[in-house]
Amino acid sequence: MKPEIGVGAFILLGFGCALALAFSSTDVRSRLGGASYSVTARFSNLGELRLRAPVKIAGVKIGEVADIRLDPERYDAIVSLRLSADAGALPADSSAAINTAGLLGERYIAISPGGELEVLGDGDEIVLTQSAIVLENLIGKYMFGNGKPGTPDATAPGADSPSTETP
Amino acid sequence: MREILRQLGALGLFGLRIISSLAPQRGSGHDLVRQLYSVGARSIPIVAVGGAFVGLVMSLQGYRTLTTFGASNALGTLLGLSLFRELGPVLAALLFCGRACSSMAAELGLMRTTDQITALEMMAIDPVRKAVVPRFLAGVIAMPILTAVFCAFAIFGGSVQAVWVLGLDPGHYWAALQGSVSLVDDYGQAFVKAAVFGAVLSLIATHAGYHAQPTIEGTSRATTGAVVQGSLMVLFLDFLLSALFY
Repeated sequence: MKPEIGVGAFILLGFGCALALAFSSTDVRSRLGGASYSVTARFSNLGELRLRAPVKIAGVKIGEVADIRLDPERYDAIVSLRLSADAGALPADSSAAINTAGLLGERYIAISPGGELEVLGDGDEIVLTQSAIVLENLIGKYMFGNGKPGTPDATAPGADSPSTETP
Repeated sequence: MREILRQLGALGLFGLRIISSLAPQRGSGHDLVRQLYSVGARSIPIVAVGGAFVGLVMSLQGYRTLTTFGASNALGTLLGLSLFRELGPVLAALLFCGRACSSMAAELGLMRTTDQITALEMMAIDPVRKAVVPRFLAGVIAMPILTAVFCAFAIFGGSVQAVWVLGLDPGHYWAALQGSVSLVDDYGQAFVKAAVFGAVLSLIATHAGYHAQPTIEGTSRATTGAVVQGSLMVLFLDFLLSALFY
């Protein structure tokens, strides 16, 4: 009888450990986290944006980058974002920007909600986007005088590329 | 070189023989439970203690290194990824190899020495089906479970060290883990690796024991061979699987 009890306890312990690990130290919660929908956005430069990078509103994570591919005709990047439905619907004129966490941190997508009454549905596109800021370009522009160092705007992203790209 | 090739060939043929006699028969469930007990359940203490200390020491060392860069909040990431991707399955497999594979090889070697395997054959009982298959299956089933136990103790040991001794914020530790460890790519692969290691280790151990020279020396040589070849094979296969997965 002893081996049977021992083996039963062994298997129970194993599954207990596996479940505890899955829930305490993997991303299982965000995977189970209810319904989600996906929207796309076009960027002319992704910088270091990677798959599974977080999508945030006001610093709160509401989804992640699900897919990145290149548009072979326009040579810009099409990014699919998987957003949690719990976060509420986004106004259709919301804008997306690729930001950096800290000076050297990871890239993430920050969404600023707009004010329109229409909302983004599954498969819609976020039209207003702002590409990643490439630090080297900024420094280059600053050093070689394109971005007039006297004005407070000199290091703003606007000096590098237009802040909104029309589709 | 010829000897290595011959060994590999013999191992492969033995593996095929095991697979061809996997089909369950009367009483095989009972044999499997008994093997699971001696191979798996009784390996829990060493695996749990080993895991806890690996977690403690990695937490300590990782913290020392990461604070140099002001990134001590990434401790959970470091611990989780290195444990699930490499250390968990590999160290659990090495402990399993020393604790369980040695006894598998020694048991089978002694059965060979004392002519029990011949006796089984005389009674028209397939010794592979009766004595080898339960041990092999027990290894395949036990290794993922032991890996889960090892990782759990390591992660919780690491959190104890990080939170109570080093004074890190527990929220940061768990959030870093949940934010960076992927359920399928990291966590799932750990168990795939563990099952592969379990199969290869128990195949090597049963092969060494089953084909041991029928002497006392032969048994001891088979036991040593099982542990040495098993450990090397785990390290080699880990490299191969990591190169495939990541």
